[in-house]
Amino acid sequence: MLLADAYPAWSWNPVTDLQQMWAFPFMVNAFRAGTVVAVAAAVIGWFMVLRRQSFAGHTLAAVGFPGAAGATLIGVSATYGYFAFCLTAALVIAAIPRAGRDAGGGESALTGTIQAFLLACGFLFSALYKGLLGGVTSLLFGSFLGITTTQVWVLLAVAAAVLAVLAAIGRPLLFASVDPDVAAGRGVPVRLLSTVFLILLGAAAAEASQITGTLLVFALLVMPAATAQTLTARPALSLALSVLIALAVTWLGLITAYYSPYPIGFYVTTFAFAAYVLARLGRLAASRRPRLVSSRVPAGGPA
Amino acid sequence: MTTTVLAAPGWAAAFSHPFFQHALLAGTAIAAAAGLTGYFLVLRAQVFTGDALSHVAFTGALAALALGYDMRLGLFAATVVVALLLGTLGSRGRVDDVAIGNVFSWILGLGVFFLTLYTTSRSAGNGGAGVNVLFGSIFGLSGAQAVTAALVAAGICAAVLAIARPLLFASVDEAVAAARGVPVRLLGFAFLAVVGACAAEATQAVGSLLILGLLAAPAGAAQRLTDRPYHALALSAALAVAEMWTGLGLSYAVPSMPPSFGILAAATAVYAATFATGFRRRSTVPAV
Repeated sequence: MLLADAYPAWSWNPVTDLQQMWAFPFMVNAFRAGTVVAVAAAVIGWFMVLRRQSFAGHTLAAVGFPGAAGATLIGVSATYGYFAFCLTAALVIAAIPRAGRDAGGGESALTGTIQAFLLACGFLFSALYKGLLGGVTSLLFGSFLGITTTQVWVLLAVAAAVLAVLAAIGRPLLFASVDPDVAAGRGVPVRLLSTVFLILLGAAAAEASQITGTLLVFALLVMPAATAQTLTARPALSLALSVLIALAVTWLGLITAYYSPYPIGFYVTTFAFAAYVLARLGRLAASRRPRLVSSRVPAGGPA
Repeated sequence: MTTTVLAAPGWAAAFSHPFFQHALLAGTAIAAAAGLTGYFLVLRAQVFTGDALSHVAFTGALAALALGYDMRLGLFAATVVVALLLGTLGSRGRVDDVAIGNVFSWILGLGVFFLTLYTTSRSAGNGGAGVNVLFGSIFGLSGAQAVTAALVAAGICAAVLAIARPLLFASVDEAVAAARGVPVRLLGFAFLAVVGACAAEATQAVGSLLILGLLAAPAGAAQRLTDRPYHALALSAALAVAEMWTGLGLSYAVPSMPPSFGILAAATAVYAATFATGFRRRSTVPAV
């Protein structure tokens, strides 16, 4: 929005376009940060979709807003606020007993109340701060402008830590996600894995909040993963596909946002949703074709 | 558009302000509607659907504002249409979480687009429109708006009560209800439409981001307090209304506190209290 008076022209020559765009340090940082966030969000989101924890994921993403608003109010970096609130909320949600795979009404009521209350806190903080109203909008809907090199390093460090932990617990987590009862019977610590996963989800949400805004993090978490799981049932392949889709929509979103007056959140969600719709349509067309796909097993239920 | 309130001594003064009367009238009706709808939402484990519809309300309102229509038109059109659409994505009028997540993320992205369109194309005074839609401005309602909101909310209450009996049956045991000739699928759709209307309605009071609290907290608390469905239904509505009044009063007494926060804080406190007092844990009906 800050560029409203001088939009660069799109030249149809990708090389010069990229050179021109990357001449600005803030765009280079935006691409670095976007790449880190997209990879982390796609991998974590893939497990989130598999585990059917969309609501928890959305709540963790939303609580970044009071974190950032509170941090601004007391005068510290918003990054601390994001991580403090997202990780705390992850621990609180992990403490809610989970009856079975489908979160029952009582548990989701609790999750929803936590989410709404924390968003209200965020509103209170920003009302007390009396800052620019535009600040609220950019916290909620994201801004790729003004990402510092230090921030990129912090994002990279956290993403590396998250992915390392995930790599360590990946196999048992996959087992526990696909069939918690059998996994528990075989001695896999299902409960502990679930808590660790929620913490990782919180960290990934806090990361992505800083680029896409707290309301649109969920788009990066759920959409690439859902698209990939619609396309293929093989875990490794769909995980890779999820990362690729997340990277593609983030980069496309950054490029189009650079050349137009509308915010990046709109483009990222639109591209990701287009990919999802295409995947669903493709699958529908494939399943209409007789006999060819009868052996295919649906990925993670009705994705 | 939250009116700055002078902390007047005594509560009699509060009721003499027109804005407070309007807020009380609209707020009471909206809270009752949210309490009734929220009970079934929690019972049917469809809280996430309510969450999604509240975000759709944001986009609907902003789209109407950007295109120059009455905000309420956009609110109701968007939420009811998307609610029915979500119904078609799942089986029997129940919706798959991942599909909901995808749809509402994109709709929210669309909302950002309309927000930008609205704030850049119209006069500069619109900067707060997005924030008002997101977080509500109940003290900014005019007399006519308050009466309309109260009438619509009363209509939502009537609709919920009209389908309460078969809906309860269908929610508790869908298979048996279907076998007994209850139109389960139709009820699912009707209920989703009511939730959509309720989300649109509540946006005017607490804002689209905070509706979820008004839907989930009183209902969750009521379910923890009693096992009997009709008692819980009534209790949920009563709690919601009481929390709305508390929130309005709090925000009147402490002018720097936005009314939405007061309402949500009261709702969360009541819900937390049901946990603290150690009422027996009741397993809710699982979603089948």
